Amino acid sequence: MTILVLAEQRDGKVKKASYEAIKAASAVATQLNATVTAVLFGADEAAAKSLGGYGAAKTVFVADERLHFYANSAYVKSVAQIMEKEAADVVMLPATSLGKDLAPRLAVRIDGALAPDVTSIAVEDGAIVAQRPVYAGKSVIKVKINSAKQVFSLRPNVFSAGEASGTEAVVENFAPALDDADFVTKATGTTIASGKIDVAEANVIVSGGRGLQGPEHWPLIQGLADTLGAATGASRAVVDAGWRPHAEQVGQTGKTVSPNLYVACGISGAIQHLAGMSSSKCIVAINKDKDAPIFQVADYGIVGDVFEVVPALTEELKSFFGK
Amino acid sequence: MNIFVCVSHVPDTTTKVQVGGSGKEIDPSGVTYILNPYDEYAVEAGLQLKEARGGDVTLVCVGPEAVKETIRKGLAMGADKGIHVVTDAPRDSFGTARAITDALKDRAADAVFVGRQSIDYDGWQMCGLLGEMLGIPSISVVTKLDIAEDGTISAERDIEGGSETVTTKLPAVISAQKGLNDPRYPKLQGIMAAKRKPIEDVAPAPYENRVEVIEMTKPAIKEAGRIVGEGPAAVKDLVRLLHEEAKVI
Repeated sequence: MTILVLAEQRDGKVKKASYEAIKAASAVATQLNATVTAVLFGADEAAAKSLGGYGAAKTVFVADERLHFYANSAYVKSVAQIMEKEAADVVMLPATSLGKDLAPRLAVRIDGALAPDVTSIAVEDGAIVAQRPVYAGKSVIKVKINSAKQVFSLRPNVFSAGEASGTEAVVENFAPALDDADFVTKATGTTIASGKIDVAEANVIVSGGRGLQGPEHWPLIQGLADTLGAATGASRAVVDAGWRPHAEQVGQTGKTVSPNLYVACGISGAIQHLAGMSSSKCIVAINKDKDAPIFQVADYGIVGDVFEVVPALTEELKSFFGK
Repeated sequence: MNIFVCVSHVPDTTTKVQVGGSGKEIDPSGVTYILNPYDEYAVEAGLQLKEARGGDVTLVCVGPEAVKETIRKGLAMGADKGIHVVTDAPRDSFGTARAITDALKDRAADAVFVGRQSIDYDGWQMCGLLGEMLGIPSISVVTKLDIAEDGTISAERDIEGGSETVTTKLPAVISAQKGLNDPRYPKLQGIMAAKRKPIEDVAPAPYENRVEVIEMTKPAIKEAGRIVGEGPAAVKDLVRLLHEEAKVI
């Protein structure tokens, strides 16, 4: 049996979430006596080989230039063809913006079903079971897919990719059979803010809330974030007030994040915000109200004025990092 | 234009979720249900398309009798009519999409709008499921949308760290992201009118869930950590703890 993992790259660089998915798939594969075959659209053969370091025995490499930009129908058709060729019933992929768009279409195309955005995956009684947060993380469901064809999308930043082993995957080139109709829907370009880390992919996030009192104080948050090499996040109040773009909103109607370190500055911790960030591995809260709910989920708290504590923390970290 | 907007009836975001007696879904007692927040952007997008091109806006919702309330909320915003696919048994996303597809298949949809996700099961699936089942294009998580006279669509969708421009053609399914528009508030007149707008009941074909919920649990509650100290004097200790104890820096 083969588990297919769809790896994702941008500008030729394989995304970390793809390594995480391959590693998680190989743990499942070991228990099912299966092998992992990765699929890579674009990048180069060296990148395709490198997927072996995380557990892919083989990489099916698709160099078709038409797939350089994302085209959901063409990607779905290609993956379905590769599944058939590899006799794979199970597909795993990172629940990135691409994965979230692709996975449901793929599930229908192969007459299977999808367990989206899972945060753990294991084998019980010979079946793959997955857990996923629902109600923005206020509860968790354990699910299994009862159809033969199964698709799992894996939440980025939750599974550990570990270090690459140095093993190389066997690379097999594949040219999917596609026609013009498959490219009716296609991405024609991307706009990426340069040097900016997206809050959903970041290992460290510094978030600001209403305690900052106004957008003119955002440089405090940015300064701390820059020192930590962090992405910036924001509470809903700050986004609704127009201080920050929605792309930075963390919480139930924003992004769900699970970085290694989450620093909440001047955020009281409404239930919707907590739902989006409480799975962070380490949470630091800075708030002047010692009874603020954010302290209930924080590993470390400082009770104090953000206007005093945040600059002091930035300076302390600068000297710690020797900057 | 035949415009359809799929809406979802979900617990309010302030809900403190408790697991119900079945151990597989939430306890609905005391829960206030709302029109899924992302669906408000979808309804608004549908209404704007109608205003630009004519036609009508039909809301579609799958669920028990209570979901009619949510359909009425969308009708109060200005949609013309509703389709209620009546089912009491909980359906997985695939089954919900199947029921909507069956309801839409003979209605020559030009455009179908959905929210990027419903805030109960957070699946982000409906756009792709419907697109594939209906055999039409789909673009998800859309923040900017332009539909030309000839049906050519140019959209921007959120991706990590930025946006992606996607083109396609009608008929298509579009999932709405916050930022796409500013949903209108229902006016009193709209709320009154909504009571008289037609909602057609539709019975779905039998369906067996493909995704089985084995159990629902509450996430492990994180123990509150410690207050390191008060004011700027505490930052030295904090940095030491982050390095030595938490090992995150």
